[in-house]
Amino acid sequence: MSVTLSAAKQARLVPAVQAKGGRIIAGGTLIVADLNYGADSVALITLDRLGLDKIAVKGGKVTLGAMVTMAAVARDRRLKFLHPVADSIGGPAVRAMATIGGNLFAPSPYGDMAAAFLALDAEISFHDGKATRKLPIETFLAQRRKLQKHCVVSISFAAPSAGTFHYVKVVRRKPVSASVVTIAAVIPQKAGKIKGARIALGAMAANAIRARKAEAALEGRKLGDDIIAAAAKLIAAEASPADDAYATAWYRREIAPVHFARLLAA
Amino acid sequence: MTKVAVEFTLNTREQNEFVETGSTLLSALRDRLGLYGTKAGCHQGTCGACTVIIDGEPHLSCLTLAERCRGKDVTTLEGLAPAGALHPLQQAFMDGFAAQCGFCTPGMILAAKCLLDRNPDPTRDEVVDAISGNICRCTGYEPIIAAILTAAQGLRKPARKRA
Repeated sequence: MSVTLSAAKQARLVPAVQAKGGRIIAGGTLIVADLNYGADSVALITLDRLGLDKIAVKGGKVTLGAMVTMAAVARDRRLKFLHPVADSIGGPAVRAMATIGGNLFAPSPYGDMAAAFLALDAEISFHDGKATRKLPIETFLAQRRKLQKHCVVSISFAAPSAGTFHYVKVVRRKPVSASVVTIAAVIPQKAGKIKGARIALGAMAANAIRARKAEAALEGRKLGDDIIAAAAKLIAAEASPADDAYATAWYRREIAPVHFARLLAA
Repeated sequence: MTKVAVEFTLNTREQNEFVETGSTLLSALRDRLGLYGTKAGCHQGTCGACTVIIDGEPHLSCLTLAERCRGKDVTTLEGLAPAGALHPLQQAFMDGFAAQCGFCTPGMILAAKCLLDRNPDPTRDEVVDAISGNICRCTGYEPIIAAILTAAQGLRKPARKRA
């Protein structure tokens, strides 16, 4: 095995390195684990010199550089709503290393931050070697294998109104472990009725997905036990969870409605 | 194998090492520098036995490429106290029987040190979170949590006296 490491000087140069088989190393929590278990020779490229570790909050818009760590999110007082998400990922050492950009590519059942970004309707900025492009996170996640050869630069979204962002990660070992089911939801209300609900599920498919049927069941309704129960029944309707060491697909489907209902009732 | 030079601070001393490209900090510490306090456990970031402190934050040395430590400040268990002395955390672990096989202990102590450096008066829950990335298969965690709380208390006392 031969591994080389170089630091990218510009984001636009990264896709060319990746086209030749190179790989971006961000926090290293996924890729170095692969190397330790005998992954092939690879030219690693870091984004350490690109200044992508900045957090900007302006006029209700949050922009996070791709190299912002989970620990940096968890420390930032402007991002309180995201603290439960960052805190649910690994232990403190993983959080100090793992980046939000890397989390977009974490295979299921990992990728809890990506699920939160999906609920927040984030936009992903990435360089494809020619220009900076932007894609809604839902499209990005669906094509993430293909898009991995580009260079994610930042993730931005509108900060949710107070009390509208909800998050739960169900795990076997508390306080932290890989997800059995992750639910992130933004449930805004207007004149007492739900308007523009977005629900994202982690560990319920190959990547984080929206639960559109459950969203539709909430839309335009007044949040109450009966409506929550109706949406909960549909929460896993579009899911295709896997059997893994943490849970079976059957178990994930069984418990998702229970935790979704508890999350919204809380 | 290609080797590259890496300069970093290790336990407050300047360190210049030639490391293989792609090799981990864990391997540099144990295989090149003979610092066996840092334990090699799962090699995938799950067990926390290889935890070291880099620039004040806990890091998994098994997932950290040695080359990326250039210019960084690395602390391992060996750097906690002068030879022959014990850090208050080490003393509390010993007094409170917080180690059985001892394999997780260095990682536990360094994870705890990161917590206490930032938060000298942690709650029990904050201690639990601080060591949540460190697995112990012997003690059931309770003596470890108690030892960290005891050490925190001991470390706070001198500060109070001065005040």
